[in-house]
Amino acid sequence: MSKVIIIDDEALARSIVKEYLQKHPQLEIVAECGDGFEGIKAIQQYQPDLVFLDIQMPKINGFEMLELIEQPPAVIFTTAFDEYAIRAFEAHAIDYLLKPFNQERFDKAVAKWSERGVSSENKTMELLETAAQSPSQNNRVVVKNGSKIKIIPTHDIFYLEAADDYVKIHTHEGYFLKNKTMNYFEQLLDGHQFVRSHRSYIVNVQQITRIDPYEKDNHVAVLRSGIKVPVSRGGYGKLKAVLGL
Amino acid sequence: MNTIRYYLPGREQYMNVLIMCVVLIIIWQVITTWLPDLVLGSMEGYEVFLHQTVIIRVSIGFLVLGIVTMMAINWYTWQEQQKAEERKIDAENLAREAELFKLRQQLQPHFLFNSLNSINALIGIRPEEARKMVQQLSDFLRGTLKKEETQWVSLMEEMQYLQLYLEIEKVRFGNRLATEIDIAEATQQMKLPALLLQPIVENAIKFGLYDTIGETVIRLETRGGEGELVFTVSNPFDPETSSPRKGTGFGLKSVQRRLYLLFARHDLLTTEVKENVFITTVKVPQLHKTEIGSK
Repeated sequence: MSKVIIIDDEALARSIVKEYLQKHPQLEIVAECGDGFEGIKAIQQYQPDLVFLDIQMPKINGFEMLELIEQPPAVIFTTAFDEYAIRAFEAHAIDYLLKPFNQERFDKAVAKWSERGVSSENKTMELLETAAQSPSQNNRVVVKNGSKIKIIPTHDIFYLEAADDYVKIHTHEGYFLKNKTMNYFEQLLDGHQFVRSHRSYIVNVQQITRIDPYEKDNHVAVLRSGIKVPVSRGGYGKLKAVLGL
Repeated sequence: MNTIRYYLPGREQYMNVLIMCVVLIIIWQVITTWLPDLVLGSMEGYEVFLHQTVIIRVSIGFLVLGIVTMMAINWYTWQEQQKAEERKIDAENLAREAELFKLRQQLQPHFLFNSLNSINALIGIRPEEARKMVQQLSDFLRGTLKKEETQWVSLMEEMQYLQLYLEIEKVRFGNRLATEIDIAEATQQMKLPALLLQPIVENAIKFGLYDTIGETVIRLETRGGEGELVFTVSNPFDPETSSPRKGTGFGLKSVQRRLYLLFARHDLLTTEVKENVFITTVKVPQLHKTEIGSK
């Protein structure tokens, strides 16, 4: 017996998956969720073997939800129309169902999963990196703060700081940690607003009030909040270009 | 379309120009008659000359002033025409660029496929409802295809079309979506460009439903302003997770662009935030009765 969770914000969309699952008695539905928050809870509680996951959902989308789970389960994505998502799926050869789908197509996806486990963990991780570039996602960052989920609009970010395997996201509410690389954020964030001022720092240029010289060759960017962010020689050039100096 | 005609008061203005010319000429004549007298003292020969040439001087004055004012009016009209021309070219370019996008937008793939998915689910569990939804979806799509963007329709027609859209969305989202509609009696027969409101409502639904968990109430309201139709949509949102910077999302941007091309005004679509409610307001200027006939 394998455990299945269905996550979709539309009740009818969940019910069609349930209907098709009747043909697969070896799969038992342990939970149905209407949004990503419920989804995370259910996945942590039940440790399912397979998840049917919609992409476009309230608050946090399917990808953002997966990012917050340490060990993502096997996932079959269901979506109606999302160019970015489909591109991401195809790039990483992960199975997905385009709504509306029929029993036959559904059975195929399930068969693929039971043969070799759809979307092994690594693939899911790569997929999320690609999917993060979709426009719906690049104006916010979703982080986990203890058991709470925090959505940070990018314009609330003061600056980012590398910290071992994590990146510290500094905001007026303090900092949040995300298990990603600086390169990841440099690509994700809008280059007109966020500049890699230093190997270990990315700064929000809208927060900068002035740039002061610091020792020889180096500078510091002074933010509105008074915090000083290191600026390397290369970073100074990039900052000047973005600020049009 | 020459938009300056809305601002030029028409024939009476030319009368004013004429009167102004006459007044200025009188002042001119008075000055030219009295000034030499004051400065140089009385000179009999000169005064006689002045009296004899009154008609000539008045005519020349009238011609000069008349030409200058006419030139000014022409200059401004020409400039406005130039701008109108630019807008037209802009509009044409935009139309070409947006053609593909519009086609796609018209089909609204996300909406369409999700609706089909809902129908697929209903067929298994409540076939009667599936049949009803197929009907609604067809009527809605037909409405989209039938109407030309240049066409003007009454508010009642546009509302019927919106109702279909809302009904379908309600089937999809079940009891998560509720609507309150308040149409002022006086606005029912007011006119507006076809398919103008649907993207605004769609935006409100997306914004409201994708940003909040639980039930979302979308409020539609119309008022008759002075010579304009005022349409308001409000939806709840969560200021924590999404800031209204997204306020003019892509859907709203295209509406704003359309309104500008039609009325040459940027102030017809406005958005505001009151507590946790996002409010979008559209004003549609009403044409004068005589102009509706020619449209």
